[in-house]
Amino acid sequence: MLVQRINEAARRVPEWLVYAACLTPIPVLLYAAMNGGLGRDPVKALEHQLGEFALQLLIVGLCMSPLRRFVGLNLIKFRRAIGVLAFVYVALHLAVWTFLDVQTLDRVWADIIKRPYITIGMAGFVLMLPLAITSNNWSVRKLGPAWRRLHRLTYAVALLGALHYVWLAKGFQLEPLVYLTIVSVLIGVRAIHRPSRIAA
Amino acid sequence: MANRWTNDLSHADVTPEAAYLNRRKLIAGVAALGLIGSRTAVAQEQLEPNPWEDITQYNNFYEFGTRKDDPVRYAGAMTTSPWSIKIDGLVEKPGDYAIEDILSQMTIEERIYRFRCVEAWSMVIPWNGFELADLLELVGVKPEARYVAFETLLRPDEMPGVRYPVLDWPYVEGLRLDEAAHPLTMMATGIYGRDIPNQNGAPIRLVVPWKYGFKSIKSIVRITLTDDEPPTSWNRSAPREYGFYSNVNPEVDHPRWSQASERLIGGGLFARRQPTLMFNGYEDEVAALYAGMDLSKFY
Repeated sequence: MLVQRINEAARRVPEWLVYAACLTPIPVLLYAAMNGGLGRDPVKALEHQLGEFALQLLIVGLCMSPLRRFVGLNLIKFRRAIGVLAFVYVALHLAVWTFLDVQTLDRVWADIIKRPYITIGMAGFVLMLPLAITSNNWSVRKLGPAWRRLHRLTYAVALLGALHYVWLAKGFQLEPLVYLTIVSVLIGVRAIHRPSRIAA
Repeated sequence: MANRWTNDLSHADVTPEAAYLNRRKLIAGVAALGLIGSRTAVAQEQLEPNPWEDITQYNNFYEFGTRKDDPVRYAGAMTTSPWSIKIDGLVEKPGDYAIEDILSQMTIEERIYRFRCVEAWSMVIPWNGFELADLLELVGVKPEARYVAFETLLRPDEMPGVRYPVLDWPYVEGLRLDEAAHPLTMMATGIYGRDIPNQNGAPIRLVVPWKYGFKSIKSIVRITLTDDEPPTSWNRSAPREYGFYSNVNPEVDHPRWSQASERLIGGGLFARRQPTLMFNGYEDEVAALYAGMDLSKFY
């Protein structure tokens, strides 16, 4: 019953509302960073917030199809928006790291090559590029079944993102491991076989 | 004996809490009067202590949580009075020393030191305290002692962070005896002339300015003189990343990030990184301690 009602309500929510809601944190964070609202080290705080939000959006995106399959909750129409927003946050995270934290391009390049956790973070970003570029109706039509296969890269992106977070933590920290576990479970459930349909 | 080491900066350089505005003028004035010494002053005259808020609201004290603002939020629960330090091992006069009894025999002085975290950020902190050498002298070090081991308070009901095995609690650190007895090495009990706040390691902590910040162990309850190199928490947690020495060294990177430069806290969103100095700028004072050692091997 509740699921039905949510499905009906979701049908009335326009996609732009998801964009608007999820983009709102950007000006809020920037304002806070420039006015002391993010603590004594705004660069790190901004970098971390953007990265964490990106990972959360990736997880929300990965929830869409299991929610439909196991719960009957249909929010698939928001999946593209969620994916594009995740890309926006990853790109901003990368930009803050590049320009405000590391600051020079030779050091950025050296880090990408030498530091494994940065290498995998960067790999995640690169894998998102074809996904972001093909997140439109024209590409879906043009690519056909290949589009679905291409967008399975999302699994790799989410795993790389979570590993990137686990790897950069000092000591044994719970939060990044929780993210890695959630991502692993969400990918794992996709391996569960669909109940075999009765032959028609 | 206090005052073995002469600060490059005078009292006039410490920001009086309400009067940052006049600092530049003050420094210029004092310098003109010749009160700021000429030795190595060129580079260090720029050294401005971070404001109280930077120093006390941006901390690593994992017993209270791993976020930078966890210590300022939760360390208030730590009971710091009464406080005593168990001093044992290879000492002439082992025992539980009440902090008041130690302090009554020490001369508190101010030291303005750079503080460089292994995470590649830094601050400048005006500490108040005494030289560890004076405490060692008080308890009498036996000739066979070669190392000093330190231990932080472990009190789970006052420390929410120790519920998680981030590190193997209690936090422990160590120094070679000559490092511990070096005049730069101090036991701090204050910042900006006030009692040191809990999140900074109240009531008493170590400060070793040429080493990464985690060597400067907080809220010390035990000091043990040993003949063997003592275990240290971060080394036990990740030996490839954190060595026993952990001297600030721009040429030896942390396996996961570069140590060549640092971000000085307090510069805001667009501050430039600064080059990290060998031994955090205290090369003249301490390089001799490591003569002949391969610092990329003994990192």
